[in-house]
Amino acid sequence: MLDNINFLLIREIVSSVLIIMGVIFMLISSIGLLRFPDFYIRMSAITKGATLGLGLILTGMGIYFNEPDMLLKVLLIIGFTFLTSPVAAHVIGRTAVRNKIPFWGPTDLEEFKDYLRKEHSNHRDHERDNKHL
Amino acid sequence: MSLFSFTLIFAMAALSVCVVMIGIRFAMGPTLPDRITCFDLFVANIIGIVAIYTELTGNQDFIDVAIILSLFGFLGSISFAYYLMKSSR
Repeated sequence: MLDNINFLLIREIVSSVLIIMGVIFMLISSIGLLRFPDFYIRMSAITKGATLGLGLILTGMGIYFNEPDMLLKVLLIIGFTFLTSPVAAHVIGRTAVRNKIPFWGPTDLEEFKDYLRKEHSNHRDHERDNKHL
Repeated sequence: MSLFSFTLIFAMAALSVCVVMIGIRFAMGPTLPDRITCFDLFVANIIGIVAIYTELTGNQDFIDVAIILSLFGFLGSISFAYYLMKSSR
C-alpha cells in the first residue's frame, strides 16, 4: 500500500502550504510596519509577525529537503531567531523610551507614568547633546 | 513550470513586495529607532528570500548564508541600539 504513494509530491505540498503561510505572516507584519501610527505599536507588530513567518518558511524548507544536516541547520536558524528577536526588540524599545520617542495620542499611560518619570529624570542632561534626534 | 516552482516564485515576489514596503518606511520613518526596526525586519525578509531560493535551486550551500545573516542581523540591531543609548547619556 505504501509503494504507490508519491512522497516527493506530499513533501512539495506540505512545504508549499507552510511557505505560503509564512509569507502571509511576513506580508501582514510589513503592512503593519507601514501603516501603524506609533513606533512602539509598529515594533510590537513586526516582532511577533516576522519571527513566526520566518519560522514557518524555514520549517517548510527543512521538510522539503528531508535530510538530517539540513534539518539541523534549519533548527539552528529558528532557535537563534526565536532567541534573539525579542531581546533586540526589548533593547530598542528601552532605548526609544529613554530617548523620549513620543507615544501615540490615545495610548493609556496611567500605570506607566512612574517608570517614565524615573527614566527621564535619570538622564536629564541628554537633551542638550542629543538635539538631532 | 510545475505548480511547486510557481508557488515558490510567487512567495519570492510577495517577499519582494514586503521589502519595498519596508524601504518606504525606512525613508519615511520619523525617528532613528524606526529605522533600526526596519533594518531588523529587512534582514528577516532577506533570510526568507534566501531560504526560498535554496529550495528553488536545490543547492544546499545557500543555507549557510542564512545562518550568517541571522547572526549579523542581531549584532547589527544590538550595536545600533547600544550606540544610540550611549550617545543619549
